[in-house]
Amino acid sequence: MTVIEDLAPPPEVEVKPRGISRRERWQLRLPLLPALIYTVVVTQIPFLVTLWYSFQSYFWNTPAPAHFNGVANYKAVFTNPAFRGALVRSVVMTVTAVIVAMILGVLLAVLLDRKFLGRSIVRTLIITPFLVMPVAAALVWAGPMLDPQFGLVNWLLQPFGVHHVAWLSTHALGSVILVMIWEWTPFMMLIVLAGLQSQPAETLEAAKVDGAGAFATFRELTFPHLRPYIELGILLGSIYLVNVFDQVKAMTQGGPGTATTNLPYYLYQQVNNAFDIGGAAATGVVTVILTIIVATFALRMFARVFQFEEA
Amino acid sequence: MRNPPVRLRALGAVGCVAALAALAACSSGGSSGSSGSNSNSGTVTVAVVSNPLITDQMIPLTNSKFAKQYPGIKVKFATYTEGDLRAAIQRAISTHSYAFNVVMIGPYETPLFAKNGWLTDLSKQYIASDPGYGASDLLPPIAKSLSYKGDLYAVPFYGESSMMFYNKALFAQAGLTMPHNPTWAQIQGFAAKLNQPGKVSGICLRGLAGWGDNMAALDTVVNTFGGQWFDMNWKPQLTSPPFVAATNFYVNLVRKYGEPGAASDSFNQLLTLYGQGKCAMWYDATVAATSIATTYPDVYKQTGYALAPVNLTKSSGWLWTWALGIPQGAPNSGAAWKFVSWATSKQYADLVAAKYGWAAVPPGTRTSLYNNPQYQAAAKPFAAVTLESINSTDPEHPTLHPVPYTGIQYVVIPQFESLGLTVAQHIAGAIAGTESVSQALQAGQSAASQYTAAQLSGGG
Repeated sequence: MTVIEDLAPPPEVEVKPRGISRRERWQLRLPLLPALIYTVVVTQIPFLVTLWYSFQSYFWNTPAPAHFNGVANYKAVFTNPAFRGALVRSVVMTVTAVIVAMILGVLLAVLLDRKFLGRSIVRTLIITPFLVMPVAAALVWAGPMLDPQFGLVNWLLQPFGVHHVAWLSTHALGSVILVMIWEWTPFMMLIVLAGLQSQPAETLEAAKVDGAGAFATFRELTFPHLRPYIELGILLGSIYLVNVFDQVKAMTQGGPGTATTNLPYYLYQQVNNAFDIGGAAATGVVTVILTIIVATFALRMFARVFQFEEA
Repeated sequence: MRNPPVRLRALGAVGCVAALAALAACSSGGSSGSSGSNSNSGTVTVAVVSNPLITDQMIPLTNSKFAKQYPGIKVKFATYTEGDLRAAIQRAISTHSYAFNVVMIGPYETPLFAKNGWLTDLSKQYIASDPGYGASDLLPPIAKSLSYKGDLYAVPFYGESSMMFYNKALFAQAGLTMPHNPTWAQIQGFAAKLNQPGKVSGICLRGLAGWGDNMAALDTVVNTFGGQWFDMNWKPQLTSPPFVAATNFYVNLVRKYGEPGAASDSFNQLLTLYGQGKCAMWYDATVAATSIATTYPDVYKQTGYALAPVNLTKSSGWLWTWALGIPQGAPNSGAAWKFVSWATSKQYADLVAAKYGWAAVPPGTRTSLYNNPQYQAAAKPFAAVTLESINSTDPEHPTLHPVPYTGIQYVVIPQFESLGLTVAQHIAGAIAGTESVSQALQAGQSAASQYTAAQLSGGG
């Protein structure tokens, strides 16, 4: 690798007139190299191995050794309706959860930006869902909260004429998205709150002096100021939520039927139930490519929308 | 966007990491155990399913009794749920990583693994030179289901068929009598009369997607309605009239008179519901009787037992056993057999009885247990019907019409692991109401049709 070649030349003694020498530059970088090499090893080598597996026919439940089978795995991915279904559900889950969590997060942040008695307690309480381990939270939702016979939600809704709704059977996708929103609203709120608190008080005072109402102030000043924060929240939220696995595994196991099988859970099933290592690797590679494409377009779109508003 | 390139690169890296989670799962599973030919020492790692008879009895007894008897052998347990256990064992055994010296498997895996040369021939290797083990005492259908070419490749820890549990008090209240050998039509009639929405479900049935979950119960209904997975030419039969009729019957029964949210219920959930008196009837594994007796004494007093309901066949119970096998080539196999033979021995029953009572003894493996007067007395309500259920099963001829496969609630082909799950998911969808029965079976039929007859028969 270039790193080694760069280190190899004999030491140069004379000091160059401007800036620092190549060698010195490398000496400065040297302490970082172990971390860099480690990162390359643990991220890129597994990726190359996955690529290699994706061109193999390799099943754990047959004694036949792995063998090359061309693009058959990729062909199977694109012709499989289960993959397409999982893809669509992943998109629906991520988009809905991120948008709703962001809207709720902005509302809560605006609320918490005001001074009132017990604000810090309320803030801590609101942040709690994000601090709970996702699997633990999902189990609590699946059991004590949403159980059709003993669940708290049904008990609370009983006075309104709701009787023994089997949330995880009849509204499975909605229930999983609800828990995702519940978990991620505090995160969105924290980021937006940071934005709100960095807003200079003078600007708001000036708006007040000019006679702007609360809503106009929010629309014209606060919201544009929050733009990068909201953008960051949406980006981070999307990256995490597209990988949601805990809630699906603990609450519905992808069911009923395939109603809540998203891409990560579909991949898991391909390895753990079908033992199709080649197919799972191909699915993984396709997923990465699609994620990058979609994310690129989503980011460009967000950027354009916000720039338009700014102008 | 001020600086898109940086973000895109970051995204790419995140994506790579995400995809590789799958790979990490593929390549984990190291090796364990030290070498050593002495069968009285060494570490034995055992992969087990997290059922009450194992977590509440086998593990504590191993730590107290077995450890005292064989101080040189260190037994470590890895407990999994059923689905995760299969994946962990499949991974360890097919990649020859020897992560486990002993694996808990069933009649589905044993013949397939034995055929691939993945399991130690227990009959030849150990039982032949260990007359005290008493292999002839094992219940014939159970022993047969764990054999390949006449030799045992796994030995049973507990065995089960399926039967009907019912609440005698509710039956008496409604003026109904459960026959010893009911038909599904009778069961439907009872369920309609006993169902009180919001209080007691007429019947509790499995709906959770899994070939060992909802499909186990449904397959027995399919078999007795005259249906089958494949015909003699390995043509899938999921859309044939008997299969459709059986599935419609099962789905309608559970949707009309079953527990709410059935699509997420399997053995453990239903045991809790039944134990809390929320089911007038419950069709499930015979081994549930042992759990009801030890965990829910009040409901146990009210519980009656009947054989698995039938339609066109004479009997219809499934057959399953959780059995212990030793992977071929695993280290410390001598010590592993010491543990396997101890946990499946006659003496193990005595140890359980001394600590937890006779009713708690793992059922369904040995004739001697059913001849034991103490067990007969303690497990009187359910011992005879359990034995009758197990003995009336015939995995070699599971269906009304001849089939090219064996297995009652599963098909002994490697593809079934994946195919069974796909069909199970669609059936769960039909139970939840997200798709119709005919859509579910169409999807199942096309999933089964992706395999050629040659692929399927090669595995049988």
